Amino acid sequence: MWFFKCPEFFFGEDSLSQLGNLSGQRAFIVTDANLLALGFVAQVQQALGTAVPHQYIFAEVEPDPSLETVQRGAAAMLAYEPDWIIGLGGGSCMDAAKAMWVLYERPDLSPDEISPMLDLGLRQKARLICIPTTAGTGSESNFAVVLTDTAAHRKLTLANREATPDIAIVDPALTANLPAGVTADSGIDVLTHAIEAYSCTWANDFTDGLCLHAARTVFAYLPSAIKNGASDPVAREKMANAAAIAGITLGNSSVALAHALGHAAGAVFRQVAHGRITAIFLPYTIQFVANGGDSRYTDLALALGLPNGDEQAVAQNLATAVRGLMHEVRLPTSLQEAGIALAELEAMLPLLCEHVDVDANLLMSRRIPTLEEIEQLFRYAYAGQEVDF
Amino acid sequence: MGIQFATDEWIKALRDELNNSPGYKNAASKWEGDFYFVITAGDAIPEDIYLYMDLWHGECRDAFKVDDPATKSPEFKLHAPVKTWRGVMEKKIDPIKGIVTKQLKLEGPMMKVMKAPKAAIELVEACTRLDTDWP
Repeated sequence: MWFFKCPEFFFGEDSLSQLGNLSGQRAFIVTDANLLALGFVAQVQQALGTAVPHQYIFAEVEPDPSLETVQRGAAAMLAYEPDWIIGLGGGSCMDAAKAMWVLYERPDLSPDEISPMLDLGLRQKARLICIPTTAGTGSESNFAVVLTDTAAHRKLTLANREATPDIAIVDPALTANLPAGVTADSGIDVLTHAIEAYSCTWANDFTDGLCLHAARTVFAYLPSAIKNGASDPVAREKMANAAAIAGITLGNSSVALAHALGHAAGAVFRQVAHGRITAIFLPYTIQFVANGGDSRYTDLALALGLPNGDEQAVAQNLATAVRGLMHEVRLPTSLQEAGIALAELEAMLPLLCEHVDVDANLLMSRRIPTLEEIEQLFRYAYAGQEVDF
Repeated sequence: MGIQFATDEWIKALRDELNNSPGYKNAASKWEGDFYFVITAGDAIPEDIYLYMDLWHGECRDAFKVDDPATKSPEFKLHAPVKTWRGVMEKKIDPIKGIVTKQLKLEGPMMKVMKAPKAAIELVEACTRLDTDWP
């Protein structure tokens, strides 16, 4: 038995205008200072118009939002009493909005208590809209919440199906002018979601087709979205949609080993963006899983037009194709290339391995590494070495 | 002839299996927490059956069938009917998916379980190694 859960989507040109069809009194907009300064919040406010006449702007979300930020935002929500909550931004803003919403509805909980088995009883006070301004995390499409415990240098992956946004608005105009670097970091995240959701143990009939489509779209459109930016609106729109589609897959299937490694490394090497650091691990984990003999990469490789062959050969082709795309969009393919110093890695390696070893996404990997293999994966990913174990 | 599921003999056999498992010892080396595994009434089970396990740092310190659920106050209680338990132990039901879909009802801190993925795997593996007779 399993489930399929997603928001109501509005996508394509001018979809932001759907905000004008809402009915409510007070909207609480969760975003960051940069998006406020760039006028994105003003666009949302304009679209809300008189439909939801009163708005509160919480523009304090930092990259990889902390438990403290979420608690501060929830306190502001409790004081303002909104009937709509709008998460506007990348994954950090949308995840923070989800967590604040849960705490607003359930002030008796702490953020780290959000779990899949709780009956939260949300939607007594407000409903949630997520509006992505990057094409990557897919947070608008699902109920996952990633927060950072800054004291413990640890990312917390929390989830509850009730925390799925009611509405997701994927308006390509909001991602049209993304800088190339952000487009690359977030766009490659779409590919990691699609490949892991297809190849993990929780893959299912409802998500498989979405994964294949999202993966194909990234290979077809990410390079142009980066190179041509706003002057290729088709590529921008395709990538925005692919991000949302891959977001559906990770909510209804899962992510796996690359994310377990990425979560651990991202919490320590915070200068490297989530999408970038997780994607760095992807080819290594593809090879590692395939070396175990129980992988699921053949259809993926076929969908991407890669040569067929035995399991190892297919996985090698896929890993090479991923690295090729990363090179094309000027992303690093090793931790060393990402600017992480070897001494820094060595110093943090015990902690990194320990965090991977207890990451729930390990369970969804078709091959679960031992602690020693986790350490090897970090070392191979640092050196850019093909995984031979 | 196997061991009848949901009996004192069965839970003690699982205890012995865990204590003889280097994989479990290693994977659960930091685990601290005791359980009631509750087989809920239905089908051939006339009333709820409570099996107690005290799991501590890679070892099962104690395991027995409980007649009165008030005997212990374990940190976790995991409830499911026989059909679901069998599905888990025959690897037809992923235990975490079972919990998420409430086929298995978990009382206790879910996050603590989610932080012990390898211990959960080894526990299921130990169950699969028992020659179990199902009611």
